[in-house]
Amino acid sequence: MFRIRFHGRGGQGVKTASRILGTAFFLEGYEVQDAPRYGAERRGAPIFAYVRAAHEVINERGIIHQPDLVVVADDSLVSIPAAGVLQGLTKNSVLFLTSHENADIWRQRLHLHNPVIVFPEIETSADPMHAKYVGAQCAGAAAALVRVIPRAALERAVLAELSSLDAIMVAASRAKALAAFDWVHAREEVRVTPGTAITVDNYRTPAWMALPFDTARVAAPTIFAAATSIQTATGLWRTMRPVIDYERCKQCWWVCSSFCPDSAINVSDGKPAIDYDHCKGCLICVAQCPPHAIEAIAESTVQQHVTETLP
Amino acid sequence: MSRLLLTGNGAAAWGARLAGVDYIPAFPITPQTEIIEDIARWIDGGEFDARMVVLESEHSMVTAAAAAAMTGVRVFSATSSQGLLYAMEMLYTVAGWRAPFVLINVSRGLASPITLEPDHNDIMAARDSGFLQIHAATCQEVIDSVLIAYRLAEHAQVRLPVIVNEDGFYLSFTREPVALPSAAQAREFVGEFDWENMYFRAGAPESQAVAVLGGGPYSYFRYQMALAAQQALLVYDEIVAEFAATFHRAYDAVETYRSADADYVFFMIDSFATKAKDAVDRLREAGWNIGLVRPRLLRPYPAAALRAALVGKAGVAVIDQNIAFGKGGVLHTELLSALYGHSDMPPVVASFIGGLGGRDIRAEEFYEIAKVVRAAVVTGVTPPPRMLYTEDELREVRKLQAIAKVERQELRNQP
Repeated sequence: MFRIRFHGRGGQGVKTASRILGTAFFLEGYEVQDAPRYGAERRGAPIFAYVRAAHEVINERGIIHQPDLVVVADDSLVSIPAAGVLQGLTKNSVLFLTSHENADIWRQRLHLHNPVIVFPEIETSADPMHAKYVGAQCAGAAAALVRVIPRAALERAVLAELSSLDAIMVAASRAKALAAFDWVHAREEVRVTPGTAITVDNYRTPAWMALPFDTARVAAPTIFAAATSIQTATGLWRTMRPVIDYERCKQCWWVCSSFCPDSAINVSDGKPAIDYDHCKGCLICVAQCPPHAIEAIAESTVQQHVTETLP
Repeated sequence: MSRLLLTGNGAAAWGARLAGVDYIPAFPITPQTEIIEDIARWIDGGEFDARMVVLESEHSMVTAAAAAAMTGVRVFSATSSQGLLYAMEMLYTVAGWRAPFVLINVSRGLASPITLEPDHNDIMAARDSGFLQIHAATCQEVIDSVLIAYRLAEHAQVRLPVIVNEDGFYLSFTREPVALPSAAQAREFVGEFDWENMYFRAGAPESQAVAVLGGGPYSYFRYQMALAAQQALLVYDEIVAEFAATFHRAYDAVETYRSADADYVFFMIDSFATKAKDAVDRLREAGWNIGLVRPRLLRPYPAAALRAALVGKAGVAVIDQNIAFGKGGVLHTELLSALYGHSDMPPVVASFIGGLGGRDIRAEEFYEIAKVVRAAVVTGVTPPPRMLYTEDELREVRKLQAIAKVERQELRNQP
């Protein structure tokens, strides 16, 4: 069975990468299981996704403890213990990174004797969240590294999984995935071999223990601090953005801010301002504003505008 | 019938679509939300002729579901965890109405503390509500169970609501190959909703909130629910026999895997049971006579079928992904009550609690559990219940507690 783990940040297309690879295996007649593990469920937070593929029914479930291949979309995650990038690597596990630093540096830095492959053709941007195609690249590279997926199957899988995106994104993702596939295929030296299950004759006995009793003083799950929710940018959940037209705003100073269920509209000097870090886009303010001074704009339109105006 | 990759949530939505559901009252909650997102998209795109209404809470959602079912339309809804608990008053109430509809529960651990990941304390809370319960182990089973659930709920001998349970994450977000029944075959199997004497209309109101004091009439209605739930065991067998004839997939009330000649068995429900199957295969390779017994139906409880599956076994490892505080695992308790007093039942029925809040149960732990049960069979002494926990897990918590302590002191020292 192939056991493959993808690591990245929420928004980088790691779940999509796992699905592209899963579909490519499926098109080749494999039994498949693919799944993301979201954790914090927020953009930029470490997430991982995994793929199992075999010729027989797959009964294993959940996190892959001993991966045959680990694909890393964002090399800054390697040093974050909570991301668990290196967890369970065996001496046969292949580590694939997108990085500006070469494989020898990574091998030395991590004290690894595993095959390490570094894919240097990464999008250059100050913010890794602006890399739009790293997921597609990772999927393409993984499909090549297992050496059992033909180029055409990868192509079909990319098109199948990205069918909801616009034509430009699909074409670019397809090109990036195939380029990564070809790049790996030009390097014959590394191949991912399907691993075996942890067997009854050869396993580490779990260090079970009787959990000691702690009193509620210690064992109650309490956070002894206030207002920690401000640090969570719930505005990232928004799909529609309310925008105030100050030409129309009568500066009544209370209707929109009073109705806002998230206290995300603050009024100072009689002028309301929306806190987009915490506005979830419910649009109650749009409905309530008496002079209709708040307009709703699709967040995708805003994002597209931002993307187009990037240098 | 086509084969495609679907998540458990995708499969649940397809189940509703293939069953020809008319009405879907909804309220979002992780990890269930994708089900109603899929359905909403299909309705919006004209692919699914049904009406969806988003209610203001799960309490209202279940009320709307049952009220709609009492008008004679086919109803589907879905929730999870805290949502199921918020609806709890109405779960008991609408089962008493004898309102037939299907509710998906995507299992997720309960607060406090809060988690998004799965265990079975949510669904166990609905155990005695009057809803019947089918527990799915794979995405294929989710879709098939929804079709079966409509037949069961609407059957004239039963007429009780049914919950189909799927694990959050391990099924809800996990894609697997699923054979999608054809729309025509599915519709023919599920059939038309025969709403009998249900005729609730806005213009012809009825009261479902009947007060019956004195105990005698009340007991009549409650006993009738119990008898209908018992009746559902026989009806279920008929329905799954027909399902197997049509779709060639067998869904006995109790699944047995390599257990016929086994001395030892794992006993568990839902998706982690496939992990147990894997452990059974590995242990068999190493010469163990071991198998798996998994009830698919938890309500009604298939006691006779479980006894038939366990008769003559030496030892059973019951793995509960729930915890009744001050008692232990619910599956363990219920299984013992079904076995006690019958001849040739397993002398060792050991309890293991694990997999709470998405905590994995690793292959190594299944092997170790098997060893513990075998040792107990040799000595004849059943071990006390074990809460699966490792030294590494406690070390991690102790580290977090140490950090919390320091931060708390710093906060207190702030001016």
